[in-house]
Amino acid sequence: MTPEIAITLTILLPAGATILIALLDKWPNLRETVSLTSAAMLFMVVLGLLQDVLDGARPAVEWVSVLPGLPLAFEIEPLGMLFAVVASGLWIVTAVYSIGYMRGNNEEHQTRFYICFAIAISAAMGIAFAGNMFTLFIFYEVLTLSTYPLVAHKQTDAAKRGARTYLAILIGTSIGFQLIAIIWTYAVAGTLDFQLGGILRDRFDPTLLPFLLALYAFGIGKAALMPFHRWLPAAMVAPTPVSALLHAVAVVKAGVFTMLKVGVYIFGIDLLAETGASQWLMWLAAFSILAASIIAMTKDNLKARLAYSTISQLSYITLGMALATSLGVMGGAIHIAMHAMGKITLFMCAGAIYVATHKTEISDMDGLGRVMPFTYMAFLVGALSIIGLPPLGGAWSKWYIMLGAADTGQLLMIGVLMISSLLNVAYLLPVVARGFFSSPAGTSRSSVVAIKEAPFWCVVPLCVTAIGCFVLFFYAGDIYTLIEPVAFPEGARLP
Amino acid sequence: MFAVIEPHLSILLVIIPLIAAPICAFFSNRHFAWIIAFTAAISSFVISCLLLASVIDGSVLSYHIGGWAPPWGIEYRIDAANAFVLVIVSFLGAQVLPYARRSIEKEFDESAHSYFYVCYLLCLTGLLGVVVTGDAFNVFVFLEISSLSTYALVAFGAKRDKRALTAAYNYLVMGTIGATFFVIGLGLLYMVTGTLNMIDLAERLEAFGDSRTTQVAFVFILVGLGLKLAMFPLHLWLPNAYTYAPAAVTAFLAATATKVAVYVLLRFMFTIFGFKFSFEALTLEYVVMPLAILAMFAASIAAVFQKDLKRLLAYSSIAQVGYILLGVALLNHTGLTAGIIHLFNHAITKGALFMAVGCFVFQIGSSRLDDLKGIGHTMPWTTAGFVVGGLSLIGVPLTAGFISKWYLIQASLEAGSIFIAGLIVLSSLIAVVYVWRVVEVAYLEPAPEGGARGEAPISMIISTYVLVAASLFFGINSELTSTAASQAANALMPPMQMELSPAPPVANEGAVQ
Repeated sequence: MTPEIAITLTILLPAGATILIALLDKWPNLRETVSLTSAAMLFMVVLGLLQDVLDGARPAVEWVSVLPGLPLAFEIEPLGMLFAVVASGLWIVTAVYSIGYMRGNNEEHQTRFYICFAIAISAAMGIAFAGNMFTLFIFYEVLTLSTYPLVAHKQTDAAKRGARTYLAILIGTSIGFQLIAIIWTYAVAGTLDFQLGGILRDRFDPTLLPFLLALYAFGIGKAALMPFHRWLPAAMVAPTPVSALLHAVAVVKAGVFTMLKVGVYIFGIDLLAETGASQWLMWLAAFSILAASIIAMTKDNLKARLAYSTISQLSYITLGMALATSLGVMGGAIHIAMHAMGKITLFMCAGAIYVATHKTEISDMDGLGRVMPFTYMAFLVGALSIIGLPPLGGAWSKWYIMLGAADTGQLLMIGVLMISSLLNVAYLLPVVARGFFSSPAGTSRSSVVAIKEAPFWCVVPLCVTAIGCFVLFFYAGDIYTLIEPVAFPEGARLP
Repeated sequence: MFAVIEPHLSILLVIIPLIAAPICAFFSNRHFAWIIAFTAAISSFVISCLLLASVIDGSVLSYHIGGWAPPWGIEYRIDAANAFVLVIVSFLGAQVLPYARRSIEKEFDESAHSYFYVCYLLCLTGLLGVVVTGDAFNVFVFLEISSLSTYALVAFGAKRDKRALTAAYNYLVMGTIGATFFVIGLGLLYMVTGTLNMIDLAERLEAFGDSRTTQVAFVFILVGLGLKLAMFPLHLWLPNAYTYAPAAVTAFLAATATKVAVYVLLRFMFTIFGFKFSFEALTLEYVVMPLAILAMFAASIAAVFQKDLKRLLAYSSIAQVGYILLGVALLNHTGLTAGIIHLFNHAITKGALFMAVGCFVFQIGSSRLDDLKGIGHTMPWTTAGFVVGGLSLIGVPLTAGFISKWYLIQASLEAGSIFIAGLIVLSSLIAVVYVWRVVEVAYLEPAPEGGARGEAPISMIISTYVLVAASLFFGINSELTSTAASQAANALMPPMQMELSPAPPVANEGAVQ
């Protein structure tokens, strides 16, 4: 199989799976088999491409020319490869988990759920491999629309309200800001192809660059930069596998990935550094990091707390890009993978707790840790990774972003990152502490409780991703090697 | 054989439906009448395609009726601009008929079906004639043929809802006022130039220079056509007419009638008046453009609050006319291309949407949003088609609507106004609101007990899906539409005129009188 066919396959495979899933509506076991098989096959195809990219190849394919000079085209580069590996790898985990969760909860409309899920993955692949901003935008919108039914899944009034906010903010920002930015870029630069070093140099009035960047930064609503973050907490009404998809696998990662892509391939890191166009974005990202962390501390609903944690963590990546330095980009890219692994663990734990006990508020979860030891241990690992403690993956991304901040002399940003880590401790660890060390009112601490975990298919995936957090710590070097050609185009290495 | 009729294609285009119409009336059997109507419509479509194919390279076909050379005789003049509109009109004309066959069954008695086809063909004749002709007075004649038959077509909805009669009457009054204004404008032009042939008119107007009379003529024509094409605030007849007309009629009118009026406006503005004078250009910039923007917002917001799906779409149509006029009023080549491409894209999108609504009406007898609860579960195919059409209305990528928006925003950036670009985007976000109201009602509300009983007839679904597929296809591959629209823009606004800014007033103004 040539790489060109493989690219097309990554998008068509999940899309094609939806047809089978729809046909197998009446046979749930077969339907889930299709889901799992296509997830596994997709991952294999992506891994095959990864090898090519590591060897330095940049396979490209063009589908059809939508407007003159604006084709639907795909080209693989390292950042996209990283995103694709993360999304397709975690799809397998999420697919397994959904089976446990959806059946454990007897959810309705499961076929619709699996169909939309597969379309979302297909869109994520399209975003990852897009060869120009136009293609990326198209799949970005497909992703928004395909996740809407997932957010509205429960069809209650609350779900409808949440989904409406979700759609309004994501479509509003993408059409309201991003589309204008794209057309503006095209009008000025005459192309939308992603080129290392950017396409705007010498073509765009430098004094207007901050405005264009603002249109992009706010237009990429999926990156949940404040003040356009409301959709993430609103989407919390969705079933937990969807939250995992939104927070870890596809949606927010698509957002920050687009942010990195725009910074590296449309503006060019050097141009941003020379003109200082991204200075304001750096401050806004720093504000988002701290403000979202503080809001997270006030939330008693576990999923809402995790949602605000996500908003904060996403801004790390935006910050990495806005620092406009190679190390910052490196840190941001690594954080895509690290945060995905950590956050999916936390969300699957929250879901497992819900399936087993139907509890959503942290204050009700006293002593649960002794009832659900595996879930809580996994939660602890995920939390520590998000906090950034070695030997867990999250340590590396913070390390590089801090190095980037030091590199550009932004010592205040190092301070922001350190305070943020402390805040992470303050809002994540109490959940674990309550689980293990407190007792529900009216029972004594020493009373022995029987272990009662969530269904098997819920617990296995979250243990796998928890172990993944450890593994990533030791394999961060490989991600570094993958991203190196993008972050250090001149071949400059660490001092 | 073909060689014999080839030179006469442009007249056959109009003659075939015109002759087929009375033949339909002779058949009381509705099936025969349908076959005749459909054959006529299909032949018109084939002829339009042949004509477009022969002028898309930028050439012009001129046909002299009865062999009388223009400017004495009536000339049919076909360039890329009207060939493109011809294809739109005849495609929709042929496309709606298979749908109409079943859809009108529940809307009025079978004995009236033949007469329905008569009116339908006459309307088609009128619309095609307006587009094909190169004679200004001939435009008026055909415009009235199509309008008169349209009033009758709207009134066919009276069996389902008596209000169709008042709607048709209202439309008749407003349409007649519009026609009167138009013909007064023509009279003034004739007074100045002594000719009615469009090319001749253009040449003589240029030679005579600007005068008070031409200015008044321009305003009369603008207002007259503004009534016909539902330019805000002259749109008042449209919501009722679209709401109470039979489904097939609404789909046909929404996709063609206003589009043809827009074409006439373009033809008069660009070919005849040609912006050689500052007055016309300024009118466009300071009157038409603000009104277009106002329409985009006012009509979209009105659509958000409608309780009836057909009325909701009708208001959306007024807003979409705003987009077309905005593109034109930007007075640059891209803007004109955007307007023309939206003419096409909106025709297929709105056609698809109204057809989908017609399917709902066929099954549950109502288009009120309250009655459509849970329709996504009982009529999944129709609803899915509606949603795709809705996405195209919003302008989501990979749908036809996106292409229009893309050109429109590009044109406003070219005109140096990021502000207008922002307004375009903002108003399409309002479209998200009204489309999503329908989506929520259709999918997220439980279906009432004993509600709809499955899907509409297959022939109606297929017709709807042809247009749905077209609005997807022309969103994915816009080569055909963008080439045709750009050639059409060339025909209306020759390249030398492209960089045009309002020219200084002619020095010896008033010398003409």
